[in-house]
Amino acid sequence: MEIFTEYRGQIFEAFWTTIQLTVFSAIGALILGTALAAMRLAPVPMLNWIGTSYVNVVRNTPLTLIILFCSFGLSQTLGITLVDPGSLTSIEDSNFRLAVLGFTVYTAAFVCETVRAGVNTVPLGQAEAARSLGLTFAQNLRIVLLPQAFRAVIIPLGSVLIALTKNTTIASAIGVAEAALLMKEMIENTAALVTVGTIFMLGFVILTLPTGLFFGWLGKRMAVAR
Amino acid sequence: MSGSVLFDIPGPRARARNRVFNAVTALVIVLVIWVVYSRLNAKGQLTAAKWEPFLSSNLWTTYVLPGVQGTLTAAAVSIVLALVLGFVLGVGRMSHALPIRWVCSVVVEFFRAVPVLVMMIFAYFLYATYDVFPSKHLALAGVITGLTLYNGAVIAEIVRAGVNALPRGQSEAASALGLRWGQTMRSILLPQAITSMLPVLISQLVVVLKDTAIGYQITFLEMVRQGTQVGASYGNYIPALIVIAVLMISVNFALSSFAVWLEGRMRRSRRGPAPLKAEPVTQGAFGAGAGGSI
Repeated sequence: MEIFTEYRGQIFEAFWTTIQLTVFSAIGALILGTALAAMRLAPVPMLNWIGTSYVNVVRNTPLTLIILFCSFGLSQTLGITLVDPGSLTSIEDSNFRLAVLGFTVYTAAFVCETVRAGVNTVPLGQAEAARSLGLTFAQNLRIVLLPQAFRAVIIPLGSVLIALTKNTTIASAIGVAEAALLMKEMIENTAALVTVGTIFMLGFVILTLPTGLFFGWLGKRMAVAR
Repeated sequence: MSGSVLFDIPGPRARARNRVFNAVTALVIVLVIWVVYSRLNAKGQLTAAKWEPFLSSNLWTTYVLPGVQGTLTAAAVSIVLALVLGFVLGVGRMSHALPIRWVCSVVVEFFRAVPVLVMMIFAYFLYATYDVFPSKHLALAGVITGLTLYNGAVIAEIVRAGVNALPRGQSEAASALGLRWGQTMRSILLPQAITSMLPVLISQLVVVLKDTAIGYQITFLEMVRQGTQVGASYGNYIPALIVIAVLMISVNFALSSFAVWLEGRMRRSRRGPAPLKAEPVTQGAFGAGAGGSI
């Protein structure tokens, strides 16, 4: 217990970084993923092709490789650091933003597939009715299909969000000070393996459990009555 | 899903418009490729010197192949152990004995809620502290433990979904014949469930293969780590990581395509139970469940 009190500030700070990574990447992934889903459904073959290849490539790549590519490839080799090099915290900020970029790119592929599955749950008659009213593809998608699709996939999107929360631990590979990095540090410094392990495992259960419950509740509440 | 229900069959005007969109998209792609190309070129990433090392057998035997071996070993052992664990937990969760069901549920939900990396780090240091494995195999044991616990929990859910998807008549007929619960499971339900689980289990293998890369952080010698080693020794991080990515993607893509093909084939066939969808199972006891296996 004294380990927890001693490190309390650092633990909360690390989990706060985990939460920040999750939230920023989730927003990015939701936008990019929805755009990709629209591409995969559009009547333009070239857009279909981009969407499909993106999903197939990204979904089959290890997340660790994507994150390391952001650091070694983008930042160290190409000099794309996403920060103002003059600022005092430029290294931390750069790693954080590159990690968010990596998580966004990776998670977007799963969001895309989830949203597309949601569009498939919308009954055929809805799209047909929209077409017979003279709506164009974009209007059809925006006004009729996507609103119903999103309500149908709230629960699966919650699962993607939880998976993202757990995946943010991989950012420790490029030195982002989130929970897993602190865990490693604390084990090395305190040698109280079981206590430290319990703290961090419980920390993630505390983060993911309410998210799951909330999205389960929201999904049931928002389900389209048919 | 064919897109055709979302839009009318294009007339002459729509066809012309779609052609314009197509051309604009192609233009954007070309532009993006050109920007990437010029940035890589400006940093000298496209010179022969950066790519030539991949033609030497030395690079492959020293770096890449040991990495491939590490990845495959960890994945193979983990998927076998995870299958065993998954069947035990999955059947346990359907048990009639409340304590067993309860314990299995807690274990499954717990391991799905904790990140694989956290489990790997914990197992790694646990084995190091108590000298369970020779130090040479510490990282491998850590990776296998993490992957087994997480994927075992996921497979437990797949097993449950597979059994639940069978027609009720199967277990009703079994109990009418006087079979006990264990006999029903062993000789009626599980054999059919295994068949229907096959596609989703292959998809899960892709997850296992990808997740061996998480072992990078506990110094496990796998493909991604070896890729960074190549990058460090030849000064070509971008080509090295691209080569590793291509290797990984081609194997995983082939496996996922096979899973989808198998699912379609089983769905069309009249024999045997309908397959589960070839996507990792994401539902769980806590409403949304504790995370998809992505």
